[in-house]
Amino acid sequence: MLIKSLKKRENELANAKRQLKILSEGVFKTGELPMFSSQLEAINKSVLKPKILEILQINVGYMCNQVCAHCHVDAGPDRKEIMTRKTMRQCLDVIKKTGAHTLDLTGGAPEMNPDFRWFVVEATKIGVKDFIVRSNLTIITANRKYYDLPEFFKKYNIHVISSMPHWTKGKTDKQRGNGVFNASIKALKMLNAVGYGMPGSKLKLDLVYNPSGAFLPGDQAALESDFKKALLSEFDIQFHQLFSITNLPISRFLDYLIASDNYNDYMYNLVEAFNPAAVENVMCTNTLSVSWDGWLYDCDFNQMLELKVKSSVQHISEFDKETLSSRTICISQHCYGCTAGAGSSCQGTVT
Amino acid sequence: MSKSYYDPSDLRKFGNITDWNEELGKKFFDYYGKVFEEGALTAREKSLIALAVSHVVKCPYCIDAYTQDGLKRGITKEEMIEAVHAGAAIESGATLVHGVQMMNKYKKLSM
Repeated sequence: MLIKSLKKRENELANAKRQLKILSEGVFKTGELPMFSSQLEAINKSVLKPKILEILQINVGYMCNQVCAHCHVDAGPDRKEIMTRKTMRQCLDVIKKTGAHTLDLTGGAPEMNPDFRWFVVEATKIGVKDFIVRSNLTIITANRKYYDLPEFFKKYNIHVISSMPHWTKGKTDKQRGNGVFNASIKALKMLNAVGYGMPGSKLKLDLVYNPSGAFLPGDQAALESDFKKALLSEFDIQFHQLFSITNLPISRFLDYLIASDNYNDYMYNLVEAFNPAAVENVMCTNTLSVSWDGWLYDCDFNQMLELKVKSSVQHISEFDKETLSSRTICISQHCYGCTAGAGSSCQGTVT
Repeated sequence: MSKSYYDPSDLRKFGNITDWNEELGKKFFDYYGKVFEEGALTAREKSLIALAVSHVVKCPYCIDAYTQDGLKRGITKEEMIEAVHAGAAIESGATLVHGVQMMNKYKKLSM
């Protein structure tokens, strides 16, 4: 069971440059597997370019009450990176002028940011179409001060997206920590109680499924149906959609792949499942990711690899839609994670 | 040549059998793909049958492939081991039922 982040443990994989080096060596350096850039060239796409900005994803901090084994953020209680109100104000200014229809708050546990509620209230005033908060569920039951989160989410019509690796306790706790399954079930019941996830309800509750190991996710619709059946019959819990997300080989998941001697096979699986149709809709083409300190990235994964947008505008304070729209998206071999099979994004499959 | 009859990485080369006979190779893979599609049985049920048979025919490639396939589908380890037992029970039953032949022969040859 993990209790500390890679960063706190001073593990070499807390270093973004080291991760990028690993992703460019081994089977990719020997030519056994093609680099992601060559794969793009093979389908006549020399570079990835952004389309219309639809989603602004803001990471309000890496602090989390959980230390999940697969976490690409390397989040945990020992992470102190937290977005300040000053940066939040800069984000609000940008939300007003981007025209993006979706605002997506993530972390860590976004609710742990002391200015989280202030930010939600202010952002709601601007009126985006879809306002997402990625909640790990257990935060709702972690402390008395969070017990009213379901009511708070309801008041501001927040779209709640929560992680749930399996409908059984064993698999969930192995990935996310002891006690996480029971706490998640309790939190889901609290959300259902105020109307979240109920059939026909406008209070959207979606679940995210990440495989708990070195394998790719199966068919999203089939998994959704199995999750729905099991959660309803065993726990009387309801939700709307299930998004299946492929684990990208970075940070703690990369550490796990290497330590368990699964890295090469996993990369083979990702490359073999490369789907040109998924490239068309990969999320970095319609999303911008903002870090806790206001830097801009093509996606949350590039944020963790410290690959800032390739543009003269790199910070939220100098945001300029036109300048950013002409950039080229930064890629490396981790990108195979978003183009495998039916594709993968923070909104699930993309094909 | 490898010193071992089985190499896990050979599974990735399975498709290469088509290289030496495209027509038969292609027919096989088309058939294989069709068999495992959703039908009167779900793809999930077929995956468990494949896992059980993999054990009975003792194919290490198939065991690797269908354990991974089961994980992808969210099949639990409890379901997987029950499938393996179902295969094992039929296989041991197939051995044991020959005991009847042994008994018949014994009786025929004995005074």
